[in-house]
Amino acid sequence: MKNKERLLPLFLTFLKIGAFTFGGGYAMIPLIQKEVTETHKWLSDEDILNIVAIAESTPGPIAINSATFVGYMTCGVMGSVLATLGVVLPAFIFIALVSLLLRNIMDIQAVQYAFMGIRAGVLALVVKALISMYKQCPKHLVAYIIAGLAFAVSLLTDISILYVIIGCAVLGLVTSMMMKKKEAEAK
Amino acid sequence: MTEVSLLTLFFTFFKIGLFTFGGGYAMLPFIQQEVMLNNWIDEASFVNFVGISESSPGPFAINIATFIGMEKGGWLGAALSTLGVVLPSFIVILIVAQFYLKFKESRIVSGVMSGLKPAAVGLIASAVITMVIEVLFPAGFSLGQFAGAQIYVSLAIFALGLFLLLKMKKHPIFIICISAVLGIGAGYLFGL
Repeated sequence: MKNKERLLPLFLTFLKIGAFTFGGGYAMIPLIQKEVTETHKWLSDEDILNIVAIAESTPGPIAINSATFVGYMTCGVMGSVLATLGVVLPAFIFIALVSLLLRNIMDIQAVQYAFMGIRAGVLALVVKALISMYKQCPKHLVAYIIAGLAFAVSLLTDISILYVIIGCAVLGLVTSMMMKKKEAEAK
Repeated sequence: MTEVSLLTLFFTFFKIGLFTFGGGYAMLPFIQQEVMLNNWIDEASFVNFVGISESSPGPFAINIATFIGMEKGGWLGAALSTLGVVLPSFIVILIVAQFYLKFKESRIVSGVMSGLKPAAVGLIASAVITMVIEVLFPAGFSLGQFAGAQIYVSLAIFALGLFLLLKMKKHPIFIICISAVLGIGAGYLFGL
């Protein structure tokens, strides 16, 4: 491996990113960009744009996809292992400890009241997340139909979400191919 | 609560990791179906945890996998669930990295994504509705002894949270803190 000396800084950089990002994937991207392109100059801005575009269209959390990808491009498979481990480790340790702590404090009345409030606050957060996802979504008839179908099937039936996702992927592929064909014929 | 084997934890989170696109809350509907319907943890503990996750470092997916793994299988359960949710990403990215420029330009990928993006919106909308109903009406629609006051308190915090997020652009951690304080205040005030 030609960039062996980068392995440790890579791990530490992603450890830092994992420890100081609150709110997950998208919040991490500016940090990754700053560390990787400005501080360490491992990759170019264009690389990062490609990485984010691909992280969005591959399965799994954006944070993990980006870390694996940056790690791989910086120093190969070993780099991707260390970058991913770095981004996962702080969350893992923090949450494992919190989960142990919770078991001991959940019986306290004030804690139960606090969580009653937090549950209501969380509803606001998920509604906000839904609104931002809707804003990023393509706005045309086919997209509305797919969204509506996925919504109805998941709310009203017990069909596994796995099948809903596969079905929508096929539907998206077929309709986009048909539209491209139409465009080609129009020309 | 149901007992869950370590292997089941690993494979459940592997499946979730493999079929969640877009990360974060795109996982909600899956978690609801796999974890709540199978009675691994109840909806209230899950929503509590989403609040904790918002105020904790790291990606939501890792947080939730670690938490559920820890609840159901201790440290080993937490490690296997987290490994399960990470592994599909890791493998897929290593493969895609070999020909990523082609992948980026691919019509098949963009076609599939044109179906997956709206699907995610529909699925999350459904998960959110389920969540809202279960948080506001934990005992179903029949009002319990104190359920009345609790619904109004929850609705007020929910509305305030939305206002602070959408209009005042406040950070999620701020919303969680305010909600906790209001919950404690209202709890003692109304003796819920």
